[in-house]
Amino acid sequence: MAESAAIHVEAIRKTYGPTVAVDDVSFEVRRGEIFGLIGPNGAGKTTTMECVEGLRKPDRGAISVLGLDPARDVYALQQRIGVQLQEAQLQKRIKVREAVAFWSSLYPKPADGDRLINQLGLSEKRNAWFMTLSGGQKQRLFIALALINDPELVFLDELTTGLDPQARRAIWDLVREIRQRGKTVFLTTHLMEEAERLCDRVAIIDHGRIIDVGTPPELVRRHCPERTVIVATDDPAASARFAAVPQIHSIAGDGRRFILRGSGDDLVTQIVQCLAEHRMRVTEFRTEVPTLEDVFLALTGHAIRD
Amino acid sequence: MVRGLWRLTWLEIKIFVREPLGVIGTVGAPVLVFVALGRLAGSRARSNVSNMPRFASVDLPIFASLLIAASAVLSLIAIMAIYREGGILKRLRATPVRPLTILSAHVLVKLISTAVTLLLMILAGRRYYPVDASVPIVSFTLALLFSTMCIVSIGFLIASVVPTARFAQPIGTLIIYPLLGLSGLFVPIESMPPAAQAVARVLPFTYAVSLLRGVWHGEGWSRHLTDAAVLAVMFVVFLALSSKLFRWE
Repeated sequence: MAESAAIHVEAIRKTYGPTVAVDDVSFEVRRGEIFGLIGPNGAGKTTTMECVEGLRKPDRGAISVLGLDPARDVYALQQRIGVQLQEAQLQKRIKVREAVAFWSSLYPKPADGDRLINQLGLSEKRNAWFMTLSGGQKQRLFIALALINDPELVFLDELTTGLDPQARRAIWDLVREIRQRGKTVFLTTHLMEEAERLCDRVAIIDHGRIIDVGTPPELVRRHCPERTVIVATDDPAASARFAAVPQIHSIAGDGRRFILRGSGDDLVTQIVQCLAEHRMRVTEFRTEVPTLEDVFLALTGHAIRD
Repeated sequence: MVRGLWRLTWLEIKIFVREPLGVIGTVGAPVLVFVALGRLAGSRARSNVSNMPRFASVDLPIFASLLIAASAVLSLIAIMAIYREGGILKRLRATPVRPLTILSAHVLVKLISTAVTLLLMILAGRRYYPVDASVPIVSFTLALLFSTMCIVSIGFLIASVVPTARFAQPIGTLIIYPLLGLSGLFVPIESMPPAAQAVARVLPFTYAVSLLRGVWHGEGWSRHLTDAAVLAVMFVVFLALSSKLFRWE
């Protein structure tokens, strides 16, 4: 059964003066998935997300979120969505439990605030002022606030920017838990690793335009089909034997260590078969699979961080 | 809406009180100025009543009260700028809290801090400047809160247009204090140059001073209906303007 999408965005455009922030952007977020809008800073991620949240009005185009129009029904929508904004702050001297209590007082059927504080590992910081929290703790508090109304759909904008790798991993686990509770997650990130590990599907955005949408493996297969296998062997005939494998397009190396490039799912199988067939002695064997980072480079001609 | 307003107001009061510098600047400064001036004038007042300058004998409480209102407004401007720059306003706007509730909560906090400061001032200044039993304190407090509301609406207008938090306090000070100088408190309006008179007539401080003076001296509100009406109209106009110009981020 094809359930209706959580978010449907149709050809939206948003300009600020002469700057076109978002241009003809369309995509769909399905219920129950983690969907990532990925691209460099300034690509239009936040503008797109804030249009979907109802915080901004697109100049053109149509948006439907949980069957509502965010521009018209923003108050009805706010009851059903949870929002974490990029680089948001709270009052410096507000306590963690005060923020959670105030936020939960704003909704008719709030989730259990104390439980959320515990689940997000903030119980020791209940009485701490916001200004004394670490970056990771602040983001966990913002996640708690985004979940306080038990929303169907959660928006996370650059959730882990500025966090150290350890705090980042902890946050990823929390986001996966949100999905496990049956909620839909729409996030933006400029970290390709984050998108790859977290998102079920991603849309790549650059200069205000969506370039492609798909699951991370799909996008990699579509745009970077080439695989690389690195083999080190002392077999003197290695070069000639690899050359006989049809799936290998190019061979580089110094005679002992070979960098074999080719495409197709069979590439690795064929190489392994070749090694076994000729009983070649292998001291190193490594495959390199392209990442979303490579996809981005292939699609836009520039690296995501330049 | 009302429940959210009360909760937010209470929360903001707690947060305000946790910042020692803000409390000293907003509540402490006017009280200190009053006590210091009262001490200067008060000792003279006791020795020779007829020599006492008009300002010290009559207008000191009015001046101190306006100072309370002004410092409340300055702190409002600073808080709004900081909240905007920090994305706090935007974060609140992404909740079911109505924008009006957020702004109203901050006005309420300032009105309460004004009332508390006035009370502290009367208590602390008692020795040097005993408030006459004939002064209608409750009515005066109401007049001050009424004037503060109008001045707060100018504060919102300033808060709507200041570019960054760093400039908020100095810009606010540069606007508010000269306005105070044109209020007729120090120099009677009639003896000002015509241009200054014209400016004074369109400023709320002029009417606030007239209202506060009258009420302090026991005149009824009925004799100051014009002042009250002008303040009310200005409140509406400034608020309408700032609701057009107010930026949330």
